[in-house]
Amino acid sequence: MTRYIMTADLRRCIGCQTCTASCRQTNATPPGVQWRQVLDIESGEFPDVRRSFVPVGCQHCGDPPCMHVCPTTATYQRDDGLVEIDYEKCIGCGYCAVACPYQARHITHRVEFAYGEQPMASESARFDARRMSVATKCTFCVDRVDAAKENGLTPGVDPEVTPACVNSCIAGVLAFGDKEDPNSNVSQLLEETQHFRMHEELGTDPGFYYIWDKK
Amino acid sequence: MKIKPWHQTNWDARAAGNFIGGGSGTGLLIFAAISVLAAGPASGYRWQAGLALVLVAAGLACVFAEIGRPFRALNVFLHPHTSWMTREAMVAPFLFCSGAVAIWAGGGIFSTVAALLAAGYLYCQARMIAAAKGIPAWREPKIIPLFIITGLVEGAGLSALIAALQPGGAPRWLAAVLLVALILRRLAWKTYHETLERTGAPKKALEVLGRLRGNFERYGQSLPEMLLVAALFFRSEQVWLIPLAGVAAVLAGWTLKFTIVARAAYNQGFALPMVPVRGQGQALPGVKPGWSK
Repeated sequence: MTRYIMTADLRRCIGCQTCTASCRQTNATPPGVQWRQVLDIESGEFPDVRRSFVPVGCQHCGDPPCMHVCPTTATYQRDDGLVEIDYEKCIGCGYCAVACPYQARHITHRVEFAYGEQPMASESARFDARRMSVATKCTFCVDRVDAAKENGLTPGVDPEVTPACVNSCIAGVLAFGDKEDPNSNVSQLLEETQHFRMHEELGTDPGFYYIWDKK
Repeated sequence: MKIKPWHQTNWDARAAGNFIGGGSGTGLLIFAAISVLAAGPASGYRWQAGLALVLVAAGLACVFAEIGRPFRALNVFLHPHTSWMTREAMVAPFLFCSGAVAIWAGGGIFSTVAALLAAGYLYCQARMIAAAKGIPAWREPKIIPLFIITGLVEGAGLSALIAALQPGGAPRWLAAVLLVALILRRLAWKTYHETLERTGAPKKALEVLGRLRGNFERYGQSLPEMLLVAALFFRSEQVWLIPLAGVAAVLAGWTLKFTIVARAAYNQGFALPMVPVRGQGQALPGVKPGWSK
């Protein structure tokens, strides 16, 4: 079995938001919708204060609450662990959005572009009416992952078949790969480091691992 | 970028309308059937069941007004395996058919069938909100008995109000049942609220529920309870006490559900179980901004 996951090395992230920009560029998300975001979390008390930059988005959970509640089966889980949405089935009820503990789902009801109602040429070319008034979220760049099978490439290793945010990361924070393959980049990273998953106590089995220290 | 829990924007007053209409409507349909069993078809079944179906339909209309793609609404039936929204939707047509036949017949066996389906619909609604794992105030399992019992209280309250408009007025047995249901709702609310406070929730959600608590317990619980006790003691001299208690109980139930669904629905926010090492220093214990615990 394959289980694609993403890792984020929090020791390295500088909060540059390049992954966010790359995701928006790749997926043509409307203003205010960011499938990949980087949080800026301040903690501690003076003089021992910390700033942590934390990439978030859909965690492609192993036990996704969004899928269980979806009344239409529009949200589904693939054999490789990716949680996807069939835009043609979704009724935009928002139940998945309130079931997701990661605030990863977005529903846009108004057509909006970067500079108002008038799209730029690039926006016009990539506008997808199917995404209006339905749930959308990070897909782990599923089209690229699917292309890997056809081309004999490896997601997470070959950039052509690796999610855009991972490719764009300037600090080597993000990694993508198959957790079930012990030789994959992500398996090796998890083997060598200490990590956690966000809101793991909710039993969602998230597929996004945060590295916080060496072993 | 928000870190602390913020109020979700996907389900608003229209979603609350579904829980209000569905809960009150199904509760009323149940008590309409009980009235038939207790007093026969002369108990005003048609009025009660008719209003009940209107309330459930109004709730569903609220949902229809909220979904982004209403012309695909029939897709809601596709996932009965795990989705409580699908299950609620599947019960609805049978509920309306049996209710309509029972109204036509003025009671009879179909009133019992409609009441059983109403109970199923109410249960689905309670499970539906509890399955929303992203909203801490909703996913607390104690919300299930709370939503069920408040639906029944609202049903009994409306039943008392309608019965009061009929010859003979509201029966004493209904006052007694409403009083018991109110006491159960008080217990369910107290357990739900205290569990949230004990186990931890978004601070703002607790603030909203804390603000609700005083007025809800005073005017939505104690007031109708006292009115009903007085009605049971003073018998027929004060016939207005029972329907007045019913109105207070219903309004309190609607306020409770509106507040939980549309005002206390703060999401999970973000948290770090460990604060990472960056450059020099040690990793630190985690942070969970905006949470009570």
